[in-house]
Amino acid sequence: MTNLMEIEHVSMIYGPLKALSDISLSIPKGQWLAIMGPSGSGKTTLMNIMGCLDTQSEGELTLDGMVLGKLGPEGLTAIRREAIGLIFQQFHLVGYLTALENVMVAQYYHSMVDESEALEALDRVGLAERADHLPSQLSGGEQQRVCIARALINHPKLILADEPTGNLDEANERMVMDILHKLHQAGSTIVVVTHAPEVAEHADRVIVLEHGRLISDTLTKGNGQGEGNAKAVGKAVDADKPEVEEDPSIQEAAPA
Amino acid sequence: MIGSRSNRGFLMRMLLSSLLRRRSRLLVALVGIAIGATVLLGLVALCHDIPKQLSQEFRSYGANMVFVRAGGVGRLSMGQLEAVRAALPRTGLVGLTPFRYESVRSHMVPYTAVGTSFEDVRKTSPYWKVEGGWPTDEEGILIGEDVAMATGLAPGSPMALDGRNSEQTRYDKEMRVAGVVSTGGVEDGFIFMGLKAMEDMTGEAGVLDLAEASLMGADEGGGLAAISGNVRKAAPGVDARIVTRVSQSEDRVLSKLTSLLYLVTFVVLSLTMICVATTMMTVVLERRREIGLKKALGAENSRVAREFLAEGLLLGVIGGLLGSILGLLFARLVSESVFGRPMAPGLHLIPITILASAIVAVVACLLPVSRAVDVEPAVVLKGE
Ligand SMILES: Nc1ncnc2c1ncn2[C@@H]1O[C@H](COP(=O)(O)OP(=O)(O)OP(=O)(O)O)[C@@H](O)[C@H]1O
Ligand SMILES: [Mg+2]
Repeated sequence: MTNLMEIEHVSMIYGPLKALSDISLSIPKGQWLAIMGPSGSGKTTLMNIMGCLDTQSEGELTLDGMVLGKLGPEGLTAIRREAIGLIFQQFHLVGYLTALENVMVAQYYHSMVDESEALEALDRVGLAERADHLPSQLSGGEQQRVCIARALINHPKLILADEPTGNLDEANERMVMDILHKLHQAGSTIVVVTHAPEVAEHADRVIVLEHGRLISDTLTKGNGQGEGNAKAVGKAVDADKPEVEEDPSIQEAAPA
Repeated sequence: MIGSRSNRGFLMRMLLSSLLRRRSRLLVALVGIAIGATVLLGLVALCHDIPKQLSQEFRSYGANMVFVRAGGVGRLSMGQLEAVRAALPRTGLVGLTPFRYESVRSHMVPYTAVGTSFEDVRKTSPYWKVEGGWPTDEEGILIGEDVAMATGLAPGSPMALDGRNSEQTRYDKEMRVAGVVSTGGVEDGFIFMGLKAMEDMTGEAGVLDLAEASLMGADEGGGLAAISGNVRKAAPGVDARIVTRVSQSEDRVLSKLTSLLYLVTFVVLSLTMICVATTMMTVVLERRREIGLKKALGAENSRVAREFLAEGLLLGVIGGLLGSILGLLFARLVSESVFGRPMAPGLHLIPITILASAIVAVVACLLPVSRAVDVEPAVVLKGE
């Protein structure tokens, strides 16, 4: 049983503020992990560290056997390029490029552009028809789906989504969750930060942060690799009544 | 390599999309560069052209050679004038104007009357300002501004002249004032009439006191000296003197004017640079999030920087091209309205201008871009 990511005693310190303190976490390949917690609890900070957009103050991170702390900025850039797919709450599409070109930008920085493959990715998120539209001509939900297509195009090992449905209505949220489900079924490892329990309940596993500490870690269902026992999501994500769950993936990480 | 080629194609597609779809923003930068290029090319073209134009203008500013009787005493004959004319080079001769001076009186007041050829004097002294009109017949005269002031005569007035010739024979004649001439020089105190009219009036023909020639394309150094030598040989008894005063001041004024123009060009260029740099700074800063996004997608700093510089380069080339065309039109307009002559089209200046604006645009991008690519993607992507 392999873990895609190992997070060992990671802390993030901003001056007097400890945005993350001593987080240890293992994410098995193919797992869908939801990160919950109140605003300011460090969710985005953790996600940025996982996505190599930021470097932790303390602790160590391993992605697919690679120790990230040893890499310089250029090395981290390369990891982002090769292994990470990012989905943002604010979509962050390039305004002067069409949907198709926005997907191709990711190909361009990764290796080489392939228009038909980019079109296929848009088709997978149901936007083949709108390939030539500019972001301003797309709805929020459509923009988010372009953002997902862009995140997928290079077949990343890890898909990170920070509040991917935060700006979307229910119908679009459902559509985005469906796409994530398909990715999950196809074996992708997904980490989603969310405030919404109905988004978190799609995940295999939910962790809750509060004041930068991991206060709850719950397996909600089998993560497809036969470990852990499902717990009721509603209970686990309630940050007001933290209950730290012992999870096999945490125990795996601890002794190292 | 197909891969890199199609990637290059995509880069071009991105750059053009950025230029075409972000029109309003980039228009500012483009207009800035184009105006800079316009002024730059316009001024350089004028710097190039004005000395030529002015020296043409100056050449026609009066005579640069004067012919008098050798030894300084006595008069010239008409035969000598024709000998001089024959000895002067055909090309470059703007005009050869005879002058004959006589003392006359009008209502007891003495004046100097000058007999000349109005046709030639208009060529060799183009700076004469004439109010009224040039004389068209034998009775017509021009009076200097001071004479007009003293006598109260105006164009159209009759003017009675009398005097004695060299044989002490009295003569008098009524002339008519055609115009009032002002030059700011001695001419303002003279009365001008046709040489023929003066000969008729005095009863003495075939003599004159001096002649002036205006020669284009000959300078003091070699040309004029050689010409003056030729004239002395061909017309015995004639002294051909080079008038140096005008030529020297001409050179001085020209070099001052040219350095002034270059100074203005330099100032304009610096201002353009600052303006473009500021615009670029805004354009690049506005796109910090885009830069952050590209970095988040795995683009290295150097790659993002190169793309922005390429965009600046494209902007500079397009702006330079636009500016070159406008600049040539501008220079032509100035040349036509100031000198009344079209300027030689300085087409060779176009590539230089494009190159200059491309360099200015890229240099102006360097600082903002090098700063902007240092943004932390996590920070810029977080903001709403
Ligand atoms: N660059 C930074 N400099 C200083 N403090 C920071 C920085 N980034 C985050 N913080 C602080 O770290 C803490 C955690 O921030 P983080 O963005 O991770 O919260 P979050 O859980 O994502 O909140 P939200 O749900 O509102 O997005 C906050 O108190 C925030 O103010
Ligand atoms: Mg957040």
